[in-house]
Amino acid sequence: MNRGLVWCALTLLLLAPAAPAAARVTVGSKAFPESWVLGEALTIELRLHGIPDVVHHSNLGGTEIVYAGLESGSIDVYAEYTGTIQEVILHSQQPLTIPELRSRLATHGLGISDPIGFNDGYALAVTGPVAARDSLRTLSDLAKHRGVRLGLTHEFLGRPDGYPGLARRYGLAMRDVRGLQHELAWGALASGAIDGTDIYTTDAQIAQLGLRLLEDDRGFFPRYDAVWLYRLDLARREPRALAAIAALTGVIDEPRMIRANARVVLAKQGYVASAESLLTEIHAGRAAAGAGIAGTGAGGGTARGDDAEPSVAASILRHTAEHLELVALSLAAAIVFGVPLGILAADLPWLSGIILTGTGLLQTIPSLALLAVLIPVLGIGAAPALVALFLYSLLPIVRNTCVGLQSIPAPLAEAAAAIGLPPRARLMRVRLPMASPAILAGIKTSAVINVGTATLAALIGAGGLGEPILSGIQLRQNSLILQGAIPAAVLALLVQGGFDVIERRIVPRGLRLPAARD
Amino acid sequence: MIEVVGLRKSFDGTLALDVDHLNVGASTTLVLLGPSGCGKSTLLRLVVGLLVPDAGTISVVGTPLTPTTRGALRLRMGYVIQEGGLFPHLTAADNVALVAQELGWDRARIAARLRELLEFVRIPAQLLERYPSQLSGGQRQRVGLMRALMLDPEVLLMDEPLGALDPMIRADLQRDLRQAFERLKKTVLFVTHDVSEAAIVGDEIALLRAGRIVQRGTFADLATRPADPFVTAFLKAQRPVAFPEPARA
Repeated sequence: MNRGLVWCALTLLLLAPAAPAAARVTVGSKAFPESWVLGEALTIELRLHGIPDVVHHSNLGGTEIVYAGLESGSIDVYAEYTGTIQEVILHSQQPLTIPELRSRLATHGLGISDPIGFNDGYALAVTGPVAARDSLRTLSDLAKHRGVRLGLTHEFLGRPDGYPGLARRYGLAMRDVRGLQHELAWGALASGAIDGTDIYTTDAQIAQLGLRLLEDDRGFFPRYDAVWLYRLDLARREPRALAAIAALTGVIDEPRMIRANARVVLAKQGYVASAESLLTEIHAGRAAAGAGIAGTGAGGGTARGDDAEPSVAASILRHTAEHLELVALSLAAAIVFGVPLGILAADLPWLSGIILTGTGLLQTIPSLALLAVLIPVLGIGAAPALVALFLYSLLPIVRNTCVGLQSIPAPLAEAAAAIGLPPRARLMRVRLPMASPAILAGIKTSAVINVGTATLAALIGAGGLGEPILSGIQLRQNSLILQGAIPAAVLALLVQGGFDVIERRIVPRGLRLPAARD
Repeated sequence: MIEVVGLRKSFDGTLALDVDHLNVGASTTLVLLGPSGCGKSTLLRLVVGLLVPDAGTISVVGTPLTPTTRGALRLRMGYVIQEGGLFPHLTAADNVALVAQELGWDRARIAARLRELLEFVRIPAQLLERYPSQLSGGQRQRVGLMRALMLDPEVLLMDEPLGALDPMIRADLQRDLRQAFERLKKTVLFVTHDVSEAAIVGDEIALLRAGRIVQRGTFADLATRPADPFVTAFLKAQRPVAFPEPARA
C-alpha cells in the first residue's frame, strides 16, 4: 500500500474504507503455518493463471482480523474452514451444508469454493503416557478423569463450538484448564506441564509427540472442511482468479496437508518452499501443468514472512526499517496533533477535562481490541497500525504539554502579557520554550512505548520487528524471536539516547543551567 | 496620565478594591503603600489589564483601557515585578529586546537602545549575554528595569520590584530608581509596603487600607497631617529601631 496515502489517511483521520487496487489480487492467511502454506500455494497458482499482480498477506492474526480484512476489501481470498464459517462468521447453531453456506455468504458479497480436500477439525489429544495411565480412548473416557490437566488455546476456550460446548456435551468438569497459545502447548506437553490440548487434525506434531487423539464418540465437533473464502466481486475484477481457486479444490487430502505442515513446522523448510512442494505434488498428478512452479513462486517475493530466506542481516534490516517507519510516522502525527491539544487543554479549562480524559481512555483500550475496531474501517496493513500507534502516543504528549504550560510560574506568564507580547508571541517565545523540557519528556515517553507497541503491527500485516517474533512463536524458533526482540530493544535504547541529544539542542540553555547562587 | 474612576473589583464576593477617583499626573511618581491585602497590587494589575474591573473605568495616556486598546496601551507602559520577572530561557539581552524583536526592530536599532539603557542602569555590557540564573538579584532587577524602559514608554508600573533583595542592595536601588524617575520624567505607579522606600522613591504616596485610599499626599503630609489614626499607626509601625551608642572600650 502506498505509504503516502497511508500518511494522508492518518493525518486527516479519514475514515474511508481502503479501496483495493483494481488489477491486484490479494491473498490473506491467518497466523499459523497451514494457513500460510495454503495462502502461498494459491498465490503461486494465481500467478500460474497469468495474473501478474498477486500479493500474499500472511500472519493476519485470528479469524476476526482476516475476515474483517476480507469484508473491507483489503484482501480478496483466504483459506477458511466450514465449521468456522458457520459458527464464528455466520453465528449459526445448525450445521450447514456447502450450498447453504454459499447462499448465506452471498448476502455478504462473499463466495466459497468446493472443499479443498481435507478436514482440519478440532480434536482433543493427550500425551501417550497419560492416555495409557487413565485408559483414555474417547472424550467420554476423559470426563471420568477430572485430574487431567488441559492447556487450551484462547480461541478454543472462547468459541461456542469449542470447550464450552464440548464440556456441556460430555459433562466435562476438568479441575485444571488454562489458556495457552497453540504453539506453546507443544512445549508444555513435551515437558509434562500439561497432559492434553486442543489440536487440529492436520497438526504436524501429532505423530512426532506421540499424542493420542481422543475419539469424538458423541459427535460434537463439526466438520472443518477447508474451503476458499473469497469476495464475489473478484469474478468481475479478475475472472482468472476463480479458475485458479477452482484448480486448488479437491486436491489436498489430510496426509498431503500434514506433510506440508510438517515441512514447515518440523523440517523448517519455510512456507514458500513447502507451498511449492505441495503444488508440485498436485501438478504431478495432472498431465500438463508441471513446469515453472518453482521459478514463479520464489521470484514473486510476495511473502511477508521470513520464508523467502534472505540473509538474516537483510531481514533484520528490512524489519527494522519497517518498524522505524511505523514509529516515526505515528509519532510525528502524535506530535502534530498532541502538542496543540495540550495547549488547548492548558488554556481552556472547560476543554481540558474532555481532552485529557479522552486521550486517557484511548490508552486503556487493549491493543488487539483497538486493532479489531480499526480493521473494518481501514482494512489491514500499515494504515490501522499507524492509527493505533498514533492514538496510543497521544496521551504522554498531550498531558506533558498541558502540565508543562500550566507549571510556568504565574508571575512570569503574566509578565509575558503585561510587557505587551501578543498571545501568539507569548506562546512561541515564552510559554512553549519554557515548557519544552516537559513536552520533550512526553514525546520521549511516547517514542519508547511506541517502539514496543509497534511489534503488534505484525498481527495485522503491517510488518516490523513483530513479524520475526510472531513467526518465531509459531515455529518455536527462539533465534527468530530474538531477531525481532533484540533489534526492538536496541531501537528503544537508541530512541531514548536520540531524544537525550535532541533535548540538549532544543531545550534553551537558560533552562539547563544550575540554579542561581543567591 | 493615569486616571481611574469608580473602580471596583471583588474576588469571590470579597471587595478587594474600591477607588472613586485617582489621577496620576505626567512625570509624577505615585507610590501605592499599604499592608498586605490592601488592594495596592490589585490596582496595578487592573491598570496593566491583567485583571478586568467589576465596575469603573481606567484611562492611560488619555486612552480608555478596553480589551481592544489593551495590547497597544501595554506597549506604552513598562512593567516590572519582583526579581524583574525575567524569562529563564532567554539571555538578559533577549529578555530586554523581546518585545522590540516582536515589533520588528532591526538589530542595529536594538543594539543602540541596549547601549543607552546599559549606561542608564549602570551594569556592564557582558552581563547581557548571561541567563537570569547567572545574575545576582540586584542585576536581575536592573535588567528588568531595562526591559521596562526598552520601548521608552510614558508610564512605568512597578509591583514590589525590590521585594526580594538584600537590604544594602535594596537601598542602592531605591536611590538609583529615584534618580532615574527624576531624569526620565516618567509617570510611575510604584507598589510597596515599605514606608521608607515609599518616602525615598515617591513624589506622592497613596495609602490604602481594605481596598480604599485612606490618604493621598506627600510623605510629609501623611506624617504631619494624618487623615486617620491608621495613617500614623502604619507609618510608625515601620520606624527604624533606635540604635544604642556603641560601648567604649
